[in-house]
Amino acid sequence: MNRYLTQHVGFILLGLSTLLVVVPILVVVGAIVVWGAGAISWEFLTAMPRGGMKAGGIFPAIVGTLLLTLGTAVAAIPVGIGGAIYLAEYARDTWLTRAIRLAIVNLAGIPSVVYGLFGLGLFVLFLGLGTSILAGSLTLAIMTLPIIISTAEESLRAVPTEFRTVSASLGGTRWQGIRNIVLPQATPGIITGVILGLLRAAGETAPILFTVAAFFLPRLPRSPLEQTMALPYHLYVISTQVPGMPLEIKYGTALVLLVLVLSMNVVATVIRSYFRRRRQW
Amino acid sequence: MTENSTPTSSQLRWTEFTVEALIRVLGFSTIGFVLLIFFFLLREGVPVFLEVPPGNLFGTRWYPTFDLFGTLPLILGSALVTVTAIAIALPLGVATAVFIREVAPNWAREILKPVIEVLAGIPSVVLGFLGMTLIAPLIRETLGAPTGLTAFTGALILAYMALPTIISVAEDALDAVPKSYRDAGLAMGATQWQTIWRVVVPAARSGIVTAVMLGMGRAIGETMAVMMVTGNAARMPLTLDSLFRPIRTMTATIAAEMGEVAQGSTHYHALFGIGIILFLLTFLINLAAASVMFKKRRRGGLR
Repeated sequence: MNRYLTQHVGFILLGLSTLLVVVPILVVVGAIVVWGAGAISWEFLTAMPRGGMKAGGIFPAIVGTLLLTLGTAVAAIPVGIGGAIYLAEYARDTWLTRAIRLAIVNLAGIPSVVYGLFGLGLFVLFLGLGTSILAGSLTLAIMTLPIIISTAEESLRAVPTEFRTVSASLGGTRWQGIRNIVLPQATPGIITGVILGLLRAAGETAPILFTVAAFFLPRLPRSPLEQTMALPYHLYVISTQVPGMPLEIKYGTALVLLVLVLSMNVVATVIRSYFRRRRQW
Repeated sequence: MTENSTPTSSQLRWTEFTVEALIRVLGFSTIGFVLLIFFFLLREGVPVFLEVPPGNLFGTRWYPTFDLFGTLPLILGSALVTVTAIAIALPLGVATAVFIREVAPNWAREILKPVIEVLAGIPSVVLGFLGMTLIAPLIRETLGAPTGLTAFTGALILAYMALPTIISVAEDALDAVPKSYRDAGLAMGATQWQTIWRVVVPAARSGIVTAVMLGMGRAIGETMAVMMVTGNAARMPLTLDSLFRPIRTMTATIAAEMGEVAQGSTHYHALFGIGIILFLLTFLINLAAASVMFKKRRRGGLR
């Protein structure tokens, strides 16, 4: 009988550990929503910052983050999907393929601040792009590649081999099969992966520190070669560099960033589960 | 396809050829990016090893304005924060993974997994901000310390940032243990609790090791949250109370100082030098994690 008591106590302890993980998450999100909601107004979302950023809005930071995310998407999506198609459809199990997989694992593990150093060295200085949206987007794009490639490869592999065989048996070439049969089937999974990669890029601060972020720039950028403010960097600046910053503005900025990132997360999850349920195979 | 091929089929063959070449290039591009990153780190960072004598470089004092580039306090700072974070996250993460996979009813699983995914999605700067405004005052009051910005504060936040990785990889590992193992354990008269800890978890051991290593790589490389909550004092963490004193990590040093250095100065090279150390460190950790995964795959059967 004693060992069932052990089991009972053990399960309760496991449950408590889980609560210890989950409750702080809910508290954190709850705190930002409750204390940040007061700061949110039409002006906060659409006006330029004023009075040493202590008044006005965060419009240029929101636009900056959206532009950076867009730039990252343009650069990372073709390379990421191409890389995934290679791994899923063309690559054989050679040492070279293993080297690619190792490179992807390694890219995923490189610290974000090291991406910042690399972007500074290559894009900002060596290629002469300066601290600009272009330099920042390219840096973020390389950082998101491993996420896009792994999820896209997984969803391409999930398409049954029969689909490819049938396409070939009807006289289709390999690429025709991929483009007309395999890719459309894998699209929901690929979109999910792309969104997951982009939300990581949208929330990152360290890679844009030295490649794009402007401390204070109360206007919208006019070309991809200009600096811009960005939400994560703005939150860092107002919580560490500006003394006497009203707490409400900090929480408001955190809330906008969190809503942006989590809503992308929700969209990705919904797409994934919707198409998984509709899938015929 | 016969000899007298129509124009369209030769056109097809060309498309096929160019597309395959393009995709091949994109496939290999990741290797190129890794090499490119390493090359540019070396290019900007290697000069520091020529400009600063090794005694200084691996000394105990980091005061760049006085030409003191001792990286030891930064390396030990990163080590202290990372090890503490893993010490917190490993038991918590494995317990949560076991609970979700082995104990929790379906409806609880459906709630718990998305909540943990939310944690993975919270930007590190947001966690750093909350660490400064919520956790640091709490730690200051409970410890009576002069500041709440300590190594422990950083480790606590890092632990939560590593948790989603550890939980999801460990859960996959538990998932891969065949049901027959569990049935065999139960059929021998063991309780579910005994089966979990003596059969299932040992069988998933290599996956759990991978989970911890990936979590550790994540923790070493984390920048913003750590920079915001650890107080950034570059001192040697050698005394017992170091955990509850301010500290400075490698990542935070780069992020905090790169904006202020002159390009091409010794200080600038030194920051890239720290970047090289970080790159190699995370490379080794991920290589180790990957080799566990690859070995597991080759052995077949039980993943």
